[in-house]
Amino acid sequence: MNALTRSPVWRGTAWLFGRLGLSGRGLVIAIPMLWFLVFFLVPFFVLGRISLAEPRIALPPYTPLFERGPDGSLQIIASLENYWFLWEDALYRNAYLSSIRIAVISTVFALLIGYPIAYYIARSPEPRQSILLLMVILPFWTSFLLRVYAWMGFLRREGVINNMLMSMGVIDTPLVMLQTDFAVLIGIVYTYLPFMILPLYANLTKLDSAHLEAAADLGASPMVTFFTVTLPLSMPGIIAGSMLVFIPAIGEYVIPALLGGPDTLMIGRVLWDEFFSSRDWPVASAVAIVMLVLVVAPIMWLQSVQNRRELD
Amino acid sequence: MTQHGSNQPIAAETRPWLDPEAQPFISIRGITKRFGTFTAVNNINLDIFRGELFCLLGGSGCGKSTLLRMLAGFEAPTEGQILIDGQDMAKVPPDKRPTNMMFQSYALFPHMTVEKNVAYGLLREGKSKREAYARVAEMLRLVKLETLAKRKPHQLSGGQRQRVALARSLIKQPKLLLLDEPLGALDKKLREETQFELIRIQESLGVTFIVVTHDQDEAMTLATRIGVMNEGEIRQVGEPREIYEEPNSKFVADFIGSVNLFEGRVEAAAPDLMRLQTDELGPVVTLPRSGLSRNQRIWVALRPERITLSRVRPDAATNVVSGVVQEVGYMGHMSNFRVRLDGGRVIRVTQSNRLRDEDPISWDEPIFASWSPAAVRVLTE
Amino acid sequence: MARGWFLPVAVVLGFVFLYAPIISLVVFSFNESRLVTVWGGFSTRWYGELLRDRQILGAAWISLQVAFASATVATAIGTLAAFVLTRFGGFRGRLLLTGMATAPLVMPEVITGLSLLLLFVSMELTLGWPAGRGLTTIIIAHTTFCAAFVAVIAQSRLRDMDESLEEAARDLGAGPVRVFFDITLPVIAPALVAGWLLAFTLSLDDLVIASFVSGPGASTLPMVIFSKVRLGVSPDVNALATIIIGIVAVSVVTAGVLIRRRAKREG
Repeated sequence: MNALTRSPVWRGTAWLFGRLGLSGRGLVIAIPMLWFLVFFLVPFFVLGRISLAEPRIALPPYTPLFERGPDGSLQIIASLENYWFLWEDALYRNAYLSSIRIAVISTVFALLIGYPIAYYIARSPEPRQSILLLMVILPFWTSFLLRVYAWMGFLRREGVINNMLMSMGVIDTPLVMLQTDFAVLIGIVYTYLPFMILPLYANLTKLDSAHLEAAADLGASPMVTFFTVTLPLSMPGIIAGSMLVFIPAIGEYVIPALLGGPDTLMIGRVLWDEFFSSRDWPVASAVAIVMLVLVVAPIMWLQSVQNRRELD
Repeated sequence: MTQHGSNQPIAAETRPWLDPEAQPFISIRGITKRFGTFTAVNNINLDIFRGELFCLLGGSGCGKSTLLRMLAGFEAPTEGQILIDGQDMAKVPPDKRPTNMMFQSYALFPHMTVEKNVAYGLLREGKSKREAYARVAEMLRLVKLETLAKRKPHQLSGGQRQRVALARSLIKQPKLLLLDEPLGALDKKLREETQFELIRIQESLGVTFIVVTHDQDEAMTLATRIGVMNEGEIRQVGEPREIYEEPNSKFVADFIGSVNLFEGRVEAAAPDLMRLQTDELGPVVTLPRSGLSRNQRIWVALRPERITLSRVRPDAATNVVSGVVQEVGYMGHMSNFRVRLDGGRVIRVTQSNRLRDEDPISWDEPIFASWSPAAVRVLTE
Repeated sequence: MARGWFLPVAVVLGFVFLYAPIISLVVFSFNESRLVTVWGGFSTRWYGELLRDRQILGAAWISLQVAFASATVATAIGTLAAFVLTRFGGFRGRLLLTGMATAPLVMPEVITGLSLLLLFVSMELTLGWPAGRGLTTIIIAHTTFCAAFVAVIAQSRLRDMDESLEEAARDLGAGPVRVFFDITLPVIAPALVAGWLLAFTLSLDDLVIASFVSGPGASTLPMVIFSKVRLGVSPDVNALATIIIGIVAVSVVTAGVLIRRRAKREG
């Protein structure tokens, strides 16, 4: 680090910022502010505006917001037709509901699988604790896509699981597992399991073992101690972990696309298909806006409530 | 490093605060600091003189640290003015002030060696590396750390870190050094040694110190003067002896050391003695004090060590009460007693154990507690 | 709960669940047969094919460029955002910046991808920039969501950091900019390295956003892999996966050893 701070580039930057003096404060605020404004906030207005347009075969494939009428007057072309279309067609409603259902179920399963692991790691002595933790994180650093792909090889008709079960004589005909909602659930739980374990571990490791000893001292059995002391105290970890699994699961595209069947409805996939296959940009935008309002906004609200509660 | 020292008389001896003509070095005028609706510091006026070792003493949240941070420039006063050596500090940022600060957490830069930590201030002044490191070596000798120059802070003990922090804050020879709980993180024994070390360094460099502390023993040992703070206000300013012997209020009397307080009123002022009447002690005789009128409500303050316990009734007609020993705490050099007076009030008394083979006063013994008129301090608020 | 059989069994099953698919990927990458899940003898032929596959190698190169550039820019922007939010107290737009720096974390990728694409298209129509879509647009898109992750990491480090370190440097005569470069940055540097690595991985891993904002001729590695595996399993993808897993395992273990050794040295 010292070599870095001695380098001419570093010193030059420091000098330049120093020259800018008090206006530097404004500049420092402006850089991240402008970046996020232009590349994060403005896009949503563009999204909203295009969701009100009509598709047409042209470049770009939607009608402009303003158009000169035959008499030369400026007309605004905007309609809620795309939203009406989403409301009318049961496909979209089902896709939203099915996304929520799949996300909830996978979150519950991730919690059930992740909790014992996190608990065990948190109670392990060093160096076992660090090694196990590393083993949980390791898959996260490898490609997400390839980990989903691995399940394709596992679940397919001639896949590892079917081969194994058939050679053991448990089944005669291969089970259909790939291209089902079940495969999507497995994929989501598998992919986001580390996100569940890490916050749980962080929470459980802070848990003072004196609490557990106090409970045991007061006559609670290990089971009772777990349900009356450990579980309630680890609630913040459970909430954090569940959020980290639920949030990416709900908008997931890759997992339903690779592991799900044609009838696996998830809203991320519907949006993708609307955009890439139907090339209907306005409807895709409307799907995105509805998703923002119905899914993202409540999550952000919940998180801000949670944050405020933690601060108190 | 010692150029100030020998030729300038130190403030502890000249006591400039007694001289109404003396120019204060630091003038705090009507300083108030509010955070939202909370008033951390409320209209403080205070003069501090060159070469003083001034202690701001108070419990947590009394505003002492906020006052210190305003002197250093980390907080801007909501109202009022701070002058250092005649210069108004309002527009001066912390890096341009003639002050340095020693932080409670020491705030040693973890990525720099001891030497670099201490040199940091000099290098910011534009001193050459050679000059800076020569000064650093000299300073490290003063705080007895010359062998640890190349260590990183995390390789040092608590006491060593404390000395690095002190060296770093002194290296620029500030006119004023601000110390926030400088000994707070040290254990008891080390703290006592370091107190005298601080005084030695302060006197040899002639720097003015303002120390914030919650520890009254520390304040009493270190300070030329103490400012006792409570709820954002300064309750009393004075030399340690003055604060202890002549507290101006029940709060200060109770805050510094321990005290027995009794409500009463003035009965009569004789030429050489004053008579007071209290419910719990009966009549009390004390030395006369001006500014009191007949029947005025007052409080009698009696320090536990100024009360004498005896098995036989002393000759004096007043300033004697009888009671029963309720508890005895033997401390070695002295004993603490709780005595239940006949009226029901429990008072604290300490007696030094000067004789080895004395027959000690024990539990449940009926005894007499007495005190001289000079031991009584009369408080009006 | 600490004794008994339930916990160890659950943990072992959990780790089998985590690792079995990865291990089978690796094993079958050395399979002679084209049928990925039927063993046909040991072979390294798929590695050979992979190394001759210009499309995959090209895409890998693009992905690395994108990941390096966006991780670097994201670290700079994310650190600035975190610094502003933790050290500047109140300023106009503070709430807005807080929201914009955290919202990308919970934004579904399909929405981020679509909205950025629509932005780029509109910008091209009105401003003439960016001309077409490709490397630049992917880097901008990745930088935006990675910067949010860096900002979270940097913010938590900045909050934990003893602020009196910065005050001490001010007190010793350093101006605010000097303090940032002398004290703040070196102290939070480990968190920034972690943030950069996370951003690099996230960028390297992203399929959805890149698919929306890329143009012809700029396919990232995940995009190429996705188009391959969509059609079914393919043994050269297994070989690629094995190489990636190998690189990750070696670097993580090396990093672990280095950290441990350093911790021991510093006692």
